[in-house]
Amino acid sequence: MPTSIDTPTPRTTRKPFNWGRTLVIGIPQIWLLAFLLAPFFILLKISVSETDALGIGFNPLVSYVNDALQVNIRFSPYLALVRDSLYIVTYLSSLWYALMTTVLCLVIGYPFAYFIARAKPTVRPALLMLVMLPFWTSFLIRIYAWKNLLDVNGLVNQVLLWAGIIQHPLRMMFTEFSFMVGMVYGYIPFMILPLYATLVKMDHRLVEAAADLGSTPLKTFWLVTVPLSKSGIIAGSLLVFIPAVGEYVIPELLAGPSTLNIGRVMWNEFFLNLDWQRASAVAIVMIVLILVPIAVFNRYQTQSLERAR
Amino acid sequence: MKKTAVLPLTWMILVYLFLYLPIVVLVVYSFNDSRMVTIWGGWTFKWYGAVVHDQEVISGLILSLKVALATATTSVLLGTLAAFALVRYRRFAGKSLLNFMINIPLVMPTVVIALALLLFFVTVQKAIGFPQKGFFTIYIGHTIMAISYAAVVIQSRLKEMDRSIEEAAMDLGARPFQVFMLVTLPSISQALVSAWLLAFSLSLDEVVISAFLSGPGSTTLPVVIFSRARLGLSPTINVVGAITVYLVVIAVAVSSLIMARRERQRARLAAQALRLDAEPPQPREFGVGLMTAEGR
Repeated sequence: MPTSIDTPTPRTTRKPFNWGRTLVIGIPQIWLLAFLLAPFFILLKISVSETDALGIGFNPLVSYVNDALQVNIRFSPYLALVRDSLYIVTYLSSLWYALMTTVLCLVIGYPFAYFIARAKPTVRPALLMLVMLPFWTSFLIRIYAWKNLLDVNGLVNQVLLWAGIIQHPLRMMFTEFSFMVGMVYGYIPFMILPLYATLVKMDHRLVEAAADLGSTPLKTFWLVTVPLSKSGIIAGSLLVFIPAVGEYVIPELLAGPSTLNIGRVMWNEFFLNLDWQRASAVAIVMIVLILVPIAVFNRYQTQSLERAR
Repeated sequence: MKKTAVLPLTWMILVYLFLYLPIVVLVVYSFNDSRMVTIWGGWTFKWYGAVVHDQEVISGLILSLKVALATATTSVLLGTLAAFALVRYRRFAGKSLLNFMINIPLVMPTVVIALALLLFFVTVQKAIGFPQKGFFTIYIGHTIMAISYAAVVIQSRLKEMDRSIEEAAMDLGARPFQVFMLVTLPSISQALVSAWLLAFSLSLDEVVISAFLSGPGSTTLPVVIFSRARLGLSPTINVVGAITVYLVVIAVAVSSLIMARRERQRARLAAQALRLDAEPPQPREFGVGLMTAEGR
């Protein structure tokens, strides 16, 4: 059994040590409580608050007026989200596009990660490095770069026209196509890296054993390779799906106005309509929607931490 | 044999093409001497000259660099503490809460984090008159995000580190703080460097949190670029993008050169140590040499 640093040491050294331990745990904990958890409570509070008489702040949720305890919790922003079908459609479409992105990343990324994992050990670091390298340049600019390619006068149209495949330039910008290209482009490294991490650890003798026992390559793939890489598939899919639901930059730059996206709706509620309560309510509902995948992700992370012990 | 190799090779080439084509096109178009960004009109450097004199871009860049430096340093400090607590301390009050809070920014949409932080800062500002939107608020916002990535990088290094060296140091009478400074820290130094670089580049690139938390007259470079990119194609964005590509290429080249040199040096030291095996190697080198050998 491995002894960890914090196993009780002789009594004499115990006291100063605990002091250090408290700091190690306490500093990040306080920082995160103050700047991560507290903001979320404020978000929740404002989503149910009433605008005050001056219209610049919010009334307290609980007040004591004329010997009466008043609780002012307004649910109208949430009711508005339910009543206006636009919001429901937008949430559904955001979830749908996130799902599409995840599936596309998996379909493109899985074989790719598999081939890297099966490559010679000497070239693997270089191949992986080539996946990581674009990640180090600006995300925003890489997404913007697709405009150069997909524009009506862009490179893709120019090449297709030159090759005689099309007679008139295709309208690709501000469509579902350009949106999905951008989403896959932005998120595929998050799929490839966890997949690679599990596939490279896989014992290839199992695949050989299956082949020896008469399994076809496709059957081996479904019955051996895929189940063994399950943890990578789950991690990669969650890492793509969850942030994709609330993505804002990619739809704003590449998708047309008809592509409904919850991140953009929230942004517009806040910056254009200046409706803070409704923007907060939109954000809270977004959190609730992705809470289940986040819980799965969190459990998976904890498990991998426990396994590493 | 040959037939099976065709599909993997084509697939990989296509994916790499998908990953690199936009970047290559961006760099080429940054030299395009034409009013129309995508119509080729010969080579020119004039857009590069225009960017150097673009006041909005330059002041955005300066703020971005300041924020990124502060963010990366804070994130590595706090990320190391959090990672150490999560990996090395078996049980403590709020361990699962800390684990949860560290993982949240990895998956939470940035629009949500940004809105929550803005409302938080507005509330605090109303109560105590501080902070004004600007450097400080952007820095806190970026750190909240970058700390998670730093902690993940450092956690994985701590997990695979051979703990018997730490135990040996403790057996030899080192205090926990000494063990940390003399054994643990040198062994994870590479992870600390990569965590710092990751946090730095995340901060330099961040746009949504910055857009929410920047005040009048204090916007970061990505916010400037984003507001221009929404309007359409622009040669200045191609130039800024191309410059970041050059910087990344240079940084990668330099770091791989350094790494190759260090590798050679280590090999030489190892050979030396084997030859003079009567004389024990220096404790530091010993730790670094062993750390890759085994791990749980």
